[in-house]
Amino acid sequence: MIYLDFEKPIEELMEQLDKARETHKKGKVDMSDTISQLEKKIESTRRSLYKDLSGWQKVQVSRHPDRPYTNDYIKALTKNFTELHGDRNVGDDKAIVGGLATIDGQPVMILGHQKGRNTKDRQYRNFGMPNPEGYRKALRLMKLAEKFDIPVITLIDTPGASPGLEAEERGQGEAIAKNLLEMSVLKVPIICIVIGEGASGGALGIGVGDRIVMLENSWYSVISPENCSTILWRSWEHKEQAAEALKLTADNMLENGLIDKIIKEPVGGAHCDPDTMYKTMKTEIKRLLKELLPIEKDELVAQRIDKFSNMGVYTEEAAE
Amino acid sequence: MSWFKRVKEGILTKTQDKKPTPDGLWYKCPSCKTPHSTREFTENSWVCPECSFHEKVSSDEYFELFFDENKFTELDENIVSADPLKFVDSKPYPDRIVAAKKKTGLNDAVRTAVGKMNGTKIVIAAMDFSFIGGSMGSVVGEKIGRAIDHAREQQVPLIIISKSGGARMMEAAFSLMQMAKTSAKLALLGQEGIPFISYLTNPTTGGVTASFAMLGDFNVAEPDALIGFAGPRVIKETIGKDLPKGFQRSEFLQEHGFVDFIVDRREAKEQLSKLLTVIAKKKRKTVKKTPADNAATANS
Repeated sequence: MIYLDFEKPIEELMEQLDKARETHKKGKVDMSDTISQLEKKIESTRRSLYKDLSGWQKVQVSRHPDRPYTNDYIKALTKNFTELHGDRNVGDDKAIVGGLATIDGQPVMILGHQKGRNTKDRQYRNFGMPNPEGYRKALRLMKLAEKFDIPVITLIDTPGASPGLEAEERGQGEAIAKNLLEMSVLKVPIICIVIGEGASGGALGIGVGDRIVMLENSWYSVISPENCSTILWRSWEHKEQAAEALKLTADNMLENGLIDKIIKEPVGGAHCDPDTMYKTMKTEIKRLLKELLPIEKDELVAQRIDKFSNMGVYTEEAAE
Repeated sequence: MSWFKRVKEGILTKTQDKKPTPDGLWYKCPSCKTPHSTREFTENSWVCPECSFHEKVSSDEYFELFFDENKFTELDENIVSADPLKFVDSKPYPDRIVAAKKKTGLNDAVRTAVGKMNGTKIVIAAMDFSFIGGSMGSVVGEKIGRAIDHAREQQVPLIIISKSGGARMMEAAFSLMQMAKTSAKLALLGQEGIPFISYLTNPTTGGVTASFAMLGDFNVAEPDALIGFAGPRVIKETIGKDLPKGFQRSEFLQEHGFVDFIVDRREAKEQLSKLLTVIAKKKRKTVKKTPADNAATANS
């Protein structure tokens, strides 16, 4: 188990618990009372810690190395999954995965950013930062879904689109822009779920849909708190402050009317109890699909465009 | 060591402070260092007569450049920034807005207008880099969205002149969503078959590149403009190497297939008009052949 810096109290209790269990196992002293007390205390400490996480703490939880990734959700939620590779042009981007599957019998096209678990895997997945061909693969799969009249589910979890020489040569900006345009008029339901990090255009590139949902401890903004801090304060030191200023938590985003719903995570974050997380997620996806599937295609697209057209806060002064 | 060092490049005079230039005032090209009289430079569309360096200019100059006799009606002039996130970094966002307004005399980083270009009615949106780096927040998104709507309702072509550092950080996720908003509106414009020219100028980066700026039916760039998604500094830091010469410049984008053509600012109006004239002539009469027609052809 990996503990985040603010989880120190839990870590200490866990150590005590391990020791108590060991002593109990040796059979010399009956520790069962201590064990159950410690377990209760851990539970309540975790509950109180997680009740009121700051923006920066949520950013940390969203990046927890044990947090479920796209492939984990696909494995747990769907059946009959066939992964589809490649953009039919340049190659197969490993930072975005997707394919056809069923969720309790309902066909879906499910795709999302994929991060790696260990150093080798992280490099293989380019840390969940897609190149243009990733966005073009995503679009290809969504167009396929449209052709076969299958709803689309996208899972968002990226620190941003890849900033590199090749990404620029192959048109990172164009690839994302094209997705925004095409997704806004795709004639099948699209559900977008931020499961971890939602950084900037790299996230939005698969993030235009009929329902935008965020997991409780995920974040979504125009820039990561670290980069925001670097630009506005000229150092990484102000990342906590930047995280607050950016109003990037699910609660903030819901308040500002930029997302539709928050999905609750198990106490301590999705990684503490993945099975419960998958169950909640599945229920939510099924409920959203039930809402969206009966809507007539043109109406669906019109509603989607309206939704994004209404985003923005400005003042219109009366003409003089 | 030189005695004098140029600290800031480019024209620093505010648009509204510009006066008719008496002869004897000079513009020194920052690229080739050749001095020219300001009048000569201005009459040359703010392009260096010596080396064709394209100086950064604002919406005022572009409107003058494209609209016949500089006549146009501005749209949605009165939309101004709010502060939805109560954003404070080294100073509060509203203070930045006030300072930017005072410095530039503008309301935000884009102006939109309708007028005529070589006799053809047209909607033009022109961005102003001097206003918080031409960044896109709610106002820019909304004004561009409405300009697109206007073009669609009036069935007239649209030109967006991009010049921006990207999304406006102080409006965070609101800024991000303007990318989706403008792209969605362009999808609707496209469905009506109305041409959209994206005119890219130095610099166009970030969220603007990753939305409307790259969605033109025609992506047209001024020479040597910086155009890209990630900024060159970020890429340099990521790859830990110096960037190749000309990287992310207009010519590089044309070479890699993302810009239709590069246009000299002095010829831009005529070039764009030529394109639009060809499209306007497209009306094609189609005749559906019936089986009887086919039979007749076969018999003859």
